[in-house]
Amino acid sequence: MESEALHTTAPGEGPAVYLFVTCLADLLRPSVAFNSIKLLEDAGCRVTVPLQQTCCGQPAYNTGDYEAIIPLARQVVAMLEPADYVVLPSGSCAGMICHHYPTLLQDEWHERALRVAAKTFEITTFLSDIVKAKRPGRTPIPLPAVTYHDSCAGLRELGIKEQPRQLLREFCDTQVSELQQSEVCCGFGGTFCAKMPEISGKMVQDKLHNAAATGAGILAGGDLGCLLNIAGRARREGVAIEVRHITELLCGDLDGPAIGEGE
Amino acid sequence: MQQYSDTFLENASAALADKEKAEFRDAMALFTPLVRNAAMEQFQHFEELRQHVKQVRQHSLDNLGHYLESYEQQAVQNGNQVHFANTGDELNSIVLDICQQHSARRIAKGKSMITEETGLNAFLERANLDVMETDLGEYIIQQAGETPSHIVGPALHKSAAEIRQLFLDRHDLGERELETTEDLVSEAREVLREHFLNAQVGIIGANALIAENGYSMLVTNEGNGDLCANLPPVLIICTSVDRILPRAEDATAMLRLLVRSATGQAQTCYTSFYSGPRREQDIDGPMETHIVLLDNRRSDILASDYREMLQCIRCGACLNHCPIFASVGGHAYGWVYPGPMGSVLTPLLTSLEQSQALPNACTSCGRCAEVCPADIPLPDLLRDLRHAEVEEKIAAPRWRQGLRIHAWLARQPLLYQLFTGLGIALLYLLGRKRGSFSKLPLAGGWTSQRDFPSPQGRTFMQQYKAERKRRE
Repeated sequence: MESEALHTTAPGEGPAVYLFVTCLADLLRPSVAFNSIKLLEDAGCRVTVPLQQTCCGQPAYNTGDYEAIIPLARQVVAMLEPADYVVLPSGSCAGMICHHYPTLLQDEWHERALRVAAKTFEITTFLSDIVKAKRPGRTPIPLPAVTYHDSCAGLRELGIKEQPRQLLREFCDTQVSELQQSEVCCGFGGTFCAKMPEISGKMVQDKLHNAAATGAGILAGGDLGCLLNIAGRARREGVAIEVRHITELLCGDLDGPAIGEGE
Repeated sequence: MQQYSDTFLENASAALADKEKAEFRDAMALFTPLVRNAAMEQFQHFEELRQHVKQVRQHSLDNLGHYLESYEQQAVQNGNQVHFANTGDELNSIVLDICQQHSARRIAKGKSMITEETGLNAFLERANLDVMETDLGEYIIQQAGETPSHIVGPALHKSAAEIRQLFLDRHDLGERELETTEDLVSEAREVLREHFLNAQVGIIGANALIAENGYSMLVTNEGNGDLCANLPPVLIICTSVDRILPRAEDATAMLRLLVRSATGQAQTCYTSFYSGPRREQDIDGPMETHIVLLDNRRSDILASDYREMLQCIRCGACLNHCPIFASVGGHAYGWVYPGPMGSVLTPLLTSLEQSQALPNACTSCGRCAEVCPADIPLPDLLRDLRHAEVEEKIAAPRWRQGLRIHAWLARQPLLYQLFTGLGIALLYLLGRKRGSFSKLPLAGGWTSQRDFPSPQGRTFMQQYKAERKRRE
């Protein structure tokens, strides 16, 4: 496996981007990873998907088990070192690599983590700020009104706010219908939602209520954790709003079922 | 104060079940950030000033011994008597001794979270002293036999209708009806004024202690602190050692952020500096003044990895911006300090075991740290406390072990991909048609509140590897 651990999808002159697909996209929403590859290639990047990737380790880290995560963090840092850039379709996983790995790791590994952190980006930030992606040749698919959920880690650890909105304007001719309290947490919080379900349920209900109040047909976001939470609550409550990752909108990949919807 | 943080989840559940109160909290959660943000927008210097305040706070704490010494020296020179209390019980005893030396019966008390921490009221009442809270919010909850739900607005959980009923029940009203909010305030003022005039001892807190001149600073919106401080012949200021600041200008710099962060005002109605007892040329003021400085494990915090928590200036902004505090209210936290700052302080000032739920009552959303005027990394400190729970084996074994196994598995890519591949294939088979699960083994916490979305198909890694093979 080591010898073919890397796979470059398109040879070319562009920067070598390593895609960390994140465990949630890998397991529950592969289209997010495929769409990310497409968006990066359209922007002229050479995309590599390291095959030994699994998870960034947030579940144990956020629960406080630092010792369990240190070897995994080193493994991820070493895996990502050859890249020009590392891109993730998630603000919280990108925040984990950019902010928490360097705090967690010591000495030589701290330096190595810092160097990887410096070239790691969440995908909307990378497309919007680093490669300044333009709309691809195809005509955008007309979208229903879209509202956007700002995930907390992306918003506050990485300053992601304008980037997804700018991309939706550029790629989809869509202006986001802002939801009330857009910067308040949806109640996902990793293991929080399972440890304190009642409080989490109240928070996601509020988020869903505010999203539905915009009248939007689609709620988009950049983090699958939040989106699974909101979509799951929408299904439970019978609220008809499609919940999708922003990469799906940017690629016009709207034929398949939205998150939590049947085939 | 009696602690009941160990039943946080049950407390939260009860709070959520009270729909009327929950709606009221929702309204407050909209309103309080709004006024704070408006004030900061107008002020424009939040970030630079908070970096300054943080530096000053850190410097003060780094040199706490030095500044406490110079504060004490100055304060004594101003005619004050300074006492140090290692524990809450010690503070209570010192205060009671002073009261008894003066044969005091009636005590007029200003708002003080430190004395909530030590349970001073109950202690003095057991010695048959008549203690009356004079901050309107504190007065209301004292009448109701409750504890503060918020460090700045102790009675924020009470509606005007409830307060009216409380006064109707507790006061001898005669013909008065208390129809409007103004009537309620006048009623309280009436009762309190009489108490101020007849109290033998006044007790207040402090927002800052100034080392260079031995003054203490207090901000209030009702002026009750000044009446407590100036009308009774004896004044006792109860606060904690971490309130110390080097210079008067440090206190005023902090003030500019404190008030905006707390209530969205540029300034409170009253900002007072207390120097000491009445001097010969003064026409009023207390004859005797005491300052009681509480440690209660703050020295331990200072020596620990949690020392940044001591930078806290008690503005309450983290409470007002915390979606979990908004959901469950302050009482659910089960001790004196609620919300993010309370979830850090409570385990440190009491016991981690007793309050183990509190550091977990956090989604790491970061809104508290964003607005904190002392730039305290609250989500990091809460995660560090969860780390301590793992280390001390306080965390629930099923979470500890489950996530440890997950972290180990994540380091074995082939095994991980094999396991997840099989699991996801099964979930997809079962869930593809409906698109989500309303019940799922081992995910009861999740599915109690929302469906679990089904996977989209095989895992990305399986699909991607298959695609690669096909192309070869």
